[in-house]
Amino acid sequence: MSNFNRRQFIKTSSAIAAASALPFPMINIRTAGAQANTVKVGILHSLTGTIAIAEKSVVDAEQLAIEELNKAGGVSGHKIEAVVEDGASDWPTFAEKARKLIEKDKVAAVFGCYTSASRKAVLPVFEKSKGLLYYPTYYEGLEQSPNIMYTAQEASQSVIAAMDWLMKNKGKTFYMIGSDYIWPRTTIKIAKAVLAKGGGKLVGEDYYPLGHIEFSSAINKIKGAKPDVILNCVVGGSNVAFFKQLTAAGITGKNQTVLSLAVSEEEVSGIGADNTVDTLTCMGYFQSLKNPANEKFVKSFKAKYGANRGVGDTLECGYISVHLWKMAAEKAKSFDVEKVVAASSNLEIDAPEGKVKFHAANHHLWKHARIGTFQPDGQVNMIYESPLIEPNPFPKL
Amino acid sequence: MTTPATSTPATNIRSNLWGVGSYLLLALLLLVVFPLAMDVFRLGLAAKYMSLAFCAVGIVLVWGYGGILSLGQGVFFGLGSYFMAMFLKLEAAANADSSSGTALSAFFGTAGLPDFMAWNSVEVLPWWWEPFHHVSFTILAILIGPPLVAFILGYVNFRKRVGGVYFSIVTLALSAIMAIVIIGQQGYTGGVNGITDFKTFLGMDLDNERAKFVMYFITAGLLLLCVAAGAFILRSRLGRVLVAIRDREDRVRFSGYDPAMFKAFIFAVAAMFSAIGGAMFTIQVGLASPSLVGIVPSVEMVIYAAVGGRLSLIGAVYGALLVGWAKTFFSENFVEYWFYFIGVLFVVVVMFLPTGLAGLLDKVRTRMRRAEG
Repeated sequence: MSNFNRRQFIKTSSAIAAASALPFPMINIRTAGAQANTVKVGILHSLTGTIAIAEKSVVDAEQLAIEELNKAGGVSGHKIEAVVEDGASDWPTFAEKARKLIEKDKVAAVFGCYTSASRKAVLPVFEKSKGLLYYPTYYEGLEQSPNIMYTAQEASQSVIAAMDWLMKNKGKTFYMIGSDYIWPRTTIKIAKAVLAKGGGKLVGEDYYPLGHIEFSSAINKIKGAKPDVILNCVVGGSNVAFFKQLTAAGITGKNQTVLSLAVSEEEVSGIGADNTVDTLTCMGYFQSLKNPANEKFVKSFKAKYGANRGVGDTLECGYISVHLWKMAAEKAKSFDVEKVVAASSNLEIDAPEGKVKFHAANHHLWKHARIGTFQPDGQVNMIYESPLIEPNPFPKL
Repeated sequence: MTTPATSTPATNIRSNLWGVGSYLLLALLLLVVFPLAMDVFRLGLAAKYMSLAFCAVGIVLVWGYGGILSLGQGVFFGLGSYFMAMFLKLEAAANADSSSGTALSAFFGTAGLPDFMAWNSVEVLPWWWEPFHHVSFTILAILIGPPLVAFILGYVNFRKRVGGVYFSIVTLALSAIMAIVIIGQQGYTGGVNGITDFKTFLGMDLDNERAKFVMYFITAGLLLLCVAAGAFILRSRLGRVLVAIRDREDRVRFSGYDPAMFKAFIFAVAAMFSAIGGAMFTIQVGLASPSLVGIVPSVEMVIYAAVGGRLSLIGAVYGALLVGWAKTFFSENFVEYWFYFIGVLFVVVVMFLPTGLAGLLDKVRTRMRRAEG
């Protein structure tokens, strides 16, 4: 009996195996055929850990762009195959995975990194292994690696425009507050230089550690000094506490000019739109921009990931990164890093944020700075748009 | 918990042979098999896991044989790692042609300073950074600094008879403090970013294949040396006293020994191993980061030792390699869910293999010997 059972078992299982093996050769032939005609790219963001909340959606935007390109025939006839790796919000892991993508998977380009810390960790890897990174987050500048393309605004492209506009329209006394790391410090340093040149006055400047949630001393200073403008360079989760405590202290967008440099539509969904109403933000892109490219981007993003999902500056930059790489590779007729970089010079794209183009030499994009006010629904009503600003990662102050 | 205290000469010789044999096997694996079987990238990963294995070997000494569960090995690993990073960073900062860091310092008008100091408005190199211009001082600092800290900390606590779980809490607090201080003092330590972007070590380019091979062999050699040193200590009278303290501390004290001294000593030895590992980690991975000194990495190091077997120095090396590989393997293949796999692995080991892989192997050996007769 048991013997029979075993035989029966063998028989059925081999039948199942044969059945399941049937489609495999077909799949294999298809991928093998495509093998010669695919190009691998890497996506390297944190999918786990503290920063994952911000980075996961950037991966979505990048995969959307890859899917679009593949539907339209890929890159010079090559289908794009994405290798996704998890940086785990941990800088040594970022370095390990970057090396893996370049040396093992031999990817043509990597789209990735969010924090400056992770970029600083992978930079030596990209430079030495001759990889190519598209970095989609607004950052402090002061960097220009031959192996990195920076597709978001560097500090001078938002803060200088914002300061000029504020001093012209809102007043000349400033209180500046930021999280304590490289981006806020550099941004405020540039802001102070602009302020001094324009004859403005700084009434206070404070830095708090990332994740700080107690801003009462800063708010007391603000109440005492009564600045015309609060320049907010607080980053990430701390903004929740900062805006809530401001509102509780009676300081709101209605009676005080607050301009944030690191709060986009995505952050507002965490802070709560009630707390940010009528405050200002300065970014390169808003979801509410009216142009065909943007309407298409927002529509296809919502179609793929759900109507309740919003997009923000970094998502848009991740999305155009993929498109910019494709255009450069086709222009260069090659996936070779040096050739793609060379072809990127002056490369122009009709992006959701409008027409932007790479600088001739410095690997950054010419961008518009846009200032807008937050609406009760968390969207932004744009009130000012600068002309295209030349990227200058090493501004002379 | 008990190791065989009485053994006949015959089993003694046999276990000696077994020990030497497994040591040679490990040496063969690290020095011959790995370099032949792996490409440079995987070899680099192996070197990274090996630098963490230094901590695991130290933990076997203090935990398995000293009965002191230290949840603060990350602190000593971090000290070694940061000392080496300071040296490498100063070398990079002095080199005018080394890319972005120097341009950054030029922007802030602080040429020759590490880049993170520039943007933190630190304009003069702090005095305690100065000696790290010299490689000899750096190496001495790595070899002497962390053990000294460990010895003082250990002695003060053990003298007051702070032990067991309380000492674990002290070390846990220490690793939390270390991470907080590093993140908080970013002008002097690089903060969350850590210290990164090194170019050369004594003029040798760190990222070409030859340098990687050289560094791999140095790491492997040092690791084997540490395992041998650990085995030597355990075989000496010191090791016996240590086991005695672990099992009946008061009795050893009544016999006229000072247990605090022995425990502090072994704690210092483990700290030195960790610091060496930290320094090798920084050279090979190319950064020193606060994410390697806090509570999580410190606990992870204990897990390496637990997986390998907390009574086996060689097992600890395998434990570190295995967990490292599992992490890489799972995170490459199950990008979104890999943390769960690692979690399950740890739970399984703790629940079903309390003595780790080495313990499993011992069981098999005993059974085989019994079968032999």
